[in-house]
Amino acid sequence: MAANNDIVIKIGTVNGTGSASANGLLRKAIFRMGVPVVGKNYFPSNIQGLPTWYEIRVTGEGHQSRSNRVDVMVAMNAQTYSRDMAEVTPGGWLLYDSTWPRSELLNRDDINVLGIPLSKMCNEHFDGVRARILMKNIAYVGALAALLDIDLEVITRLLEETFGDKQHLIASNVEAIRLGYDYTKEHFSCPLPSKVEAMDATDGHIVIDGNTAAGLGCMYAGATVGAWYPITPSTSLMDAFRSFCTEFRVDPETGKRTYAIIQAEDELAAIGMVLGASWNGARAFTPTSGPGISLMSEFIGYAYYAEIPAVIFNVQRTGPSTGMPTRTQQSDILACAYASHGDTKHVLLFPADPAECFYTAQQAFDLAERLQTPVMVLSDLDIGMNDWMIPDLEWDENYVHDRGKVLDAEALESIEKFYRYLDVDGDGIPYRTLPGVDPKGAYFTRGSGHTKLGAYTEDSAAYQDVVDRLLVKWETARALVPGPEIEYSKFNKSAILTVGSGHGACKEALERLQAENIGLNYCRVRAFPFSESVKEFLAQHDTVYVVEQNRDAQLRTLLMLDAEGDPRRLVSLLHYNGMPINAGFVVDAVQKERSKGRAA
Amino acid sequence: MSYIAKPKVAHPSLKRNKLGLTTRDYEGTVSTLCAGCGHDSVTAAIIQAVFELDIEPHMLAKMSGIGCSSKTPAYFASQSHGFNSVHGRMPSVTTGANTANRDLTYIGVSGDGDSLSIGVGQFVHAIRRNLNMCYIIENNGVYGLTKGQFSASADIGSKPKKGLPNQQEPIDPVSMALSLGATYIARGFSGDKAQLVPLIIGALKHGGFALVDVISPCVTFNDHEGSTKSYAHTRQFYHHVIDMDYVPPAAEIRTAYDEGEAMPVELHDGSKIVLRKTEADYDPTSRAAAFKYLRERFNQGEIITGLLYIDDERSEMHDLMGNVDRPLSELELDKLHPGAAGLNEILGHYK
Repeated sequence: MAANNDIVIKIGTVNGTGSASANGLLRKAIFRMGVPVVGKNYFPSNIQGLPTWYEIRVTGEGHQSRSNRVDVMVAMNAQTYSRDMAEVTPGGWLLYDSTWPRSELLNRDDINVLGIPLSKMCNEHFDGVRARILMKNIAYVGALAALLDIDLEVITRLLEETFGDKQHLIASNVEAIRLGYDYTKEHFSCPLPSKVEAMDATDGHIVIDGNTAAGLGCMYAGATVGAWYPITPSTSLMDAFRSFCTEFRVDPETGKRTYAIIQAEDELAAIGMVLGASWNGARAFTPTSGPGISLMSEFIGYAYYAEIPAVIFNVQRTGPSTGMPTRTQQSDILACAYASHGDTKHVLLFPADPAECFYTAQQAFDLAERLQTPVMVLSDLDIGMNDWMIPDLEWDENYVHDRGKVLDAEALESIEKFYRYLDVDGDGIPYRTLPGVDPKGAYFTRGSGHTKLGAYTEDSAAYQDVVDRLLVKWETARALVPGPEIEYSKFNKSAILTVGSGHGACKEALERLQAENIGLNYCRVRAFPFSESVKEFLAQHDTVYVVEQNRDAQLRTLLMLDAEGDPRRLVSLLHYNGMPINAGFVVDAVQKERSKGRAA
Repeated sequence: MSYIAKPKVAHPSLKRNKLGLTTRDYEGTVSTLCAGCGHDSVTAAIIQAVFELDIEPHMLAKMSGIGCSSKTPAYFASQSHGFNSVHGRMPSVTTGANTANRDLTYIGVSGDGDSLSIGVGQFVHAIRRNLNMCYIIENNGVYGLTKGQFSASADIGSKPKKGLPNQQEPIDPVSMALSLGATYIARGFSGDKAQLVPLIIGALKHGGFALVDVISPCVTFNDHEGSTKSYAHTRQFYHHVIDMDYVPPAAEIRTAYDEGEAMPVELHDGSKIVLRKTEADYDPTSRAAAFKYLRERFNQGEIITGLLYIDDERSEMHDLMGNVDRPLSELELDKLHPGAAGLNEILGHYK
C-alpha cells in the first residue's frame, strides 16, 4: 500500500448474493468521509451463481480511472479464492471467511492473510438463510471499517438513511457491522499501515454512474418518447429515465404521463419508433449497445438521408458479435461513424464521464434537431455502469433548447411554397415542417432518390445535388459539435490523444510521465466530425499516441479519414481486453514506444 | 413512384365535403403502378373514405414500408405528410409517430411481403399494443418490384407464372390478427369498392388497431389461371359475410334493415358502425366464433370478406400507457423537468 487514502479494495463475491448494497455502503462511507472514491463492477452475464467483483479505489488525489493493483482483497467466493489471492499486490492484505478450513496450499508468503469467521458469526446471530447471507456481506464491511479506520458513525447514518423508519433493519445491519468490526479489532492489529483518513475533497460532488446521469439528462432535455429493447450494458439508462419520469413527469391532477417509454420488440423497431416520433416533433431517443446498432443501421442511414433527428445512446461493450456483454470497450466507433449502407456518416458525441453523459444528452437532442440527423452518444460500460465521482451537475435556468429549423403555421403562411430539402440558408440545413400543422407544410418523406424540392427522382444530377448538400451540412456540424479538450505546450513535440473513458487513465498517466520528465501534450476528442482544432493539434506534433479501447485502432482510422491525420505520426496504444483502461497501461505503453524510437 | 403532379382542377359539379374539399383535393401524384393494378383501386377507395370522413388533410399521416403497396401513399392526399419508410418497418414508425402525436389519423399501407415476411414481427407487435391506426394490407401473394416471387400469403397449390406451385402454408393476416387480439379486422377486395370504402372508413374511425386485408391482384405477376389471388379466382370464390355502413356522430340510422340483420356498434367518438349480416349466425364480436367460421370457409376455398371482427371497448395504446391527452410533441420542453432546484434535490441521493 502506498499511503493513506491511496488504497484499492477489491471484493470477490457470488452474483445474486446481495453484496452490491454492502459494497455501495462501503463506497459511500468513504465518500462521506470526504475522500474521493471510484467504484468499478466486474460482473458476469448471469443472474445468480457466477463470480462478481467490486473494486473501490480510494484516491485522495481524485483520480478517475481504475488502478491496476489490489491492496485489500476480500475473498468471499471459494470458487475464485486462488485467483483472487494471486491478484493481491505483494505486501497487501487478504480477508477470507475462516468458518471453513482453507488449504495451506492456498497461501502466499508475501501478503497478509486474515481469516474472519463471517458465516459462523452471522449464523449465530441471525435467523433465516437469506438474512445470514446478506449480513455476512455487511459483516465484511465492518471488518474493513476496522482495518481501514472507517468512521462507524458515518456507516450508521447511511444505514439510517437507507432503511428510514424500519428500525429492525437498521438494528440488524448495525449488529452485523459490529460483528465484523469487533472481531477484527480483537484479533488483528488495526488500523492497517495505510488507512482512510477524513478529508474535505468530496463537497460539491456526487458519485453516480453514466447511465443514470444520461437518463437524467434526457429528462432535462425534454425527451418525451423513449423506445428501446433491453440490452446490457445500456438497460439502466432507460431504467433511470423511467424512474426520474415517474417522479417528475406525472401530471399531479390527472395522474397522466408526459412521457412514453416503449419497450420495442427489437432494436429495429426501437429506432423506427424514434424516427416516427422525431418526425412528428417529439424529442425521442433510444439507448442500446453494439448489437443494437447493427440492427438499427438501415434506419440510421434512412434518417441521415431523409434528415430526421434521432438520439441514440450506444453504451459500448466488448465485441465482436455477442462478445463479452458485461465488459467494456470502445469498439463501435467506426460502426457508428459510418453506420448503414451507402454514403452515410454520422455525428458522434463522446462523453468521458457521467457528468458529460448528463450534459451530452442535452447537447445530443439540440444537435439532432438543429442538424436534422441522427446523433449518437458513444458511452461505454465503464462510464455507464460504474460509480464515478463528479462535480455536482448544474442546470442553467436560462437554457433554451434548440429545436432547429421548424416552420410553424405562421411561417408557412408567409412563404409561397414549402420545399423540404432546399438549402435556403446556405448551411446545408433545410427547413422542416411537422405533420398536423398546416396543409401547406405537407411533404413526402422518403429514403429513395429525391430532389432538393422533395420530389421523387431517379435523375443523376438531382440526386447528386442532395447528397452533396449533405456534405455542406456535415461541415456545419463540424463547427457546431463540442470541440476537443486540449492541453498544449509548445515545448512538447509528442502528445497523447484519447476519447471517452480513456480520459481518466490518460490524465493520470500524463502526471506520472511528467514526474519522469516526459512532457506530453494532450487532446481528448469530444465529437465526430472532428473540429478544426483537432486537425491543427495533429499537425503540431511529431508523434501522437492515440489511446483507445479496441483492437483495430478505430479512432486512429477516423483521424486519418476526417482530420488529415498522418498515419506515420499516429501511434496506437490499444487496450481491449474488456477491463477498463488504467494509467499504468498508458505509462508503460508510452515508455515502450519511446524506447523503440531510441533504438531506431 | 411518380413525380407527375395531377392537375388540380375540380369540376363545379363535384361533390364537396364539410371542409369544402372535393375528392380531387385528396388525390396525389399519378400512379406508376401497372395498368389494372388492384392497388390503384384501393387508393381510390382510400381517397373516397378520407373525403367522406371530412378529414383535414394536414391531420392525416400516410405511412408505408417498401414494395408496390408502399408506393401508394404518394398517390393520395398530397396535402398530407407521408412517410415511406424502410421494408417491413412501417408499424414501428407509425407507433413512434402516434406516440408523439395522438391527434392525427394514421393510415398505413403495406403489402403481403412487407407485413407477412420481413415485417411480420412489427405487424404483430403493433396489434399487441392496439396502436390506433388503419392498417391496410394490399395482398396479392407475390413480390412485384422484384419480379414475381411468391410471398408468404401465397396459397398452397397456387401456380406462379413460371416454375412450380407453392407448397408452403400461407400466412393469413386476418387469422393472425384474430389470434393476436386486433380490435377491428376486415377483409375486402380491390374490385369491390362499394364494400371496401365503408371498411376503410370504419377502420379510420375505430379507436385502436384496425386491419383491412385487401385482396388486390397483381396483374403482371399473379393474375393468370391457377393463381388464387387473381381477379377471376377472387370474384368466383369471394363471399360477403358481413357488410357495414358508417353513421357519423349525432346522425341517425336511416337505412332500412331487415329484421335481425342490422347490428349497430357504437364507436368511441359517438359514431356508429351498422353491420349488415348476410350470414345470420355469424357473430363478429366473438373472436373464437369468427376464427372457427373463417377456418372452415377457408378450407372450402372461400374468400370471406366484410367486417369480420370488432371490439371497440378495448383501450388503445395511449390509454394503456396512461399518457396525457395533449400530443407529447406539443408539450413545452422547459416544463418537462424540475429545474435547478429539483436537480439539487436529486443530487442529494448521490452524495
